[in-house]
Amino acid sequence: MKVSEIVKSLNLKVFSGESGLSNEIDGGYVSDLLSDVMGHADAGNVWVTLQNHKNVMAIASLKELAAIILVKGIEPEADTIEQSNQEGIPVLGTNLETYEIVGKLYQMLNT
Amino acid sequence: MQTYRADLHIHTVLSPCGDLDMSPRYIVDLAKARNLDIIAITDHNSTLHGPLARRLATPLGIKVLFGAEVTTREEAHCVCLFDTEEQRQAFQAFIDDNLPNLPNNPDKFGYQVVVDENDEILQEVEPLLISALKSSVGDVQAKVHELNGLFIPAHVDRPRYSLISQLGFIPPDLRFDALEIFRNTDPSEFLALHSYLKNPTLIKNSDAHFPDQLGEPYTKYLLESPTFEEIAKALHRQDGREVLL
Repeated sequence: MKVSEIVKSLNLKVFSGESGLSNEIDGGYVSDLLSDVMGHADAGNVWVTLQNHKNVMAIASLKELAAIILVKGIEPEADTIEQSNQEGIPVLGTNLETYEIVGKLYQMLNT
Repeated sequence: MQTYRADLHIHTVLSPCGDLDMSPRYIVDLAKARNLDIIAITDHNSTLHGPLARRLATPLGIKVLFGAEVTTREEAHCVCLFDTEEQRQAFQAFIDDNLPNLPNNPDKFGYQVVVDENDEILQEVEPLLISALKSSVGDVQAKVHELNGLFIPAHVDRPRYSLISQLGFIPPDLRFDALEIFRNTDPSEFLALHSYLKNPTLIKNSDAHFPDQLGEPYTKYLLESPTFEEIAKALHRQDGREVLL
C-alpha cells in the first residue's frame, strides 16, 4: 500500500515530504521514545508518534521509514519540515489520538 | 588556581521523589561534611529551595548555585543553573508559565514541600513537579541562555528521561554548556560512542534524592575561585579553567 492511499483513506494532513507519497508501506511502529524506534522499527514502516523534534526525521531516514504520522493535531517543528522535504519522507498529521488512528491503520494494512 | 569539588545536581524534599530528610539545612551540612566546595540545588521543575540553601551555606564557605532539573516537552531532563536571585526568579516565572496545572497526589508521588531553616514546612506546592513543561528542549535551552544561565542535559546516557532515550541521540546543534553523564559511565567510551559530538565537556553529579547519595559522584574543577563565572569558564575551557573528570 502506498502512503498516498492511507492519506486519502484516513484523511491525513500532509505537512511535508510530498515526494515520498508514493513510498510503499510495510507495516507500522508506534513509540514516542526515539531510542526505541531506532532499535526496533523496520524499513518501510509508517511511524505513529507525538514527538515533533527534528531528530524524528533523522531516525526516520536512518531506518528508511515510509512516513510519519503525528497524532492529536501536533504539528512538526520548522526544521523537521525542512528535513522531511529533503529526505522525501512525508510527515502526516491527524487530530485523532494514537489509539484511534493506529486501530484504523492496522485494519487497513492487515485486511 | 586550585581544584574545587562540585556536585551540581541535588534534589531536596521539594522534589516529590526527594527524601523527607533532604532539607536545605541537612544538604548543606552533608556538603560540608563531604568536603564539597560548590553545590547546586536542582529540584524537578522548581528553583524554590535555592535561596535558603545559599543563606545556610555561605557562612560555611560553600557556594550554592540556583537551578532546576527541568523536564522538557520531550520528557528529557536538563539541569539549568543560575547565579543571581534575579535570574532565579525570571526562570521560575518561565517554569510557572509552562508547567501544566495537574495537582500532585502525595500518596502516589510524594510530598512537595518548601521548608525553612528549622525544617518546618512553610508551603506545599500544588502542581505536580514531575510533569513535562510545554516547552521543547530547544525552547528551554534558549530561555536559559537568554538569562545567562548554564544549560546541562542531565544523565544523558541513562535509559530513561534523558536526551538519548527520548530523542535517540543528542541533537548535534543543541547549544549545551556541558553534558552530565551517568555515574558509572567511562567518559572516553561515551565520547567514542557519540563521536558526532564535537568534543563536549562532560561532568558527573550525584542527582541525589537521598542523603547517602549526595556528592557521589562529584566532579573536580580547576578554578581561580568558587564562583558561577569560574564554573562557566571551566565548562568552556577558557583562561586555563577546566573540568577534571
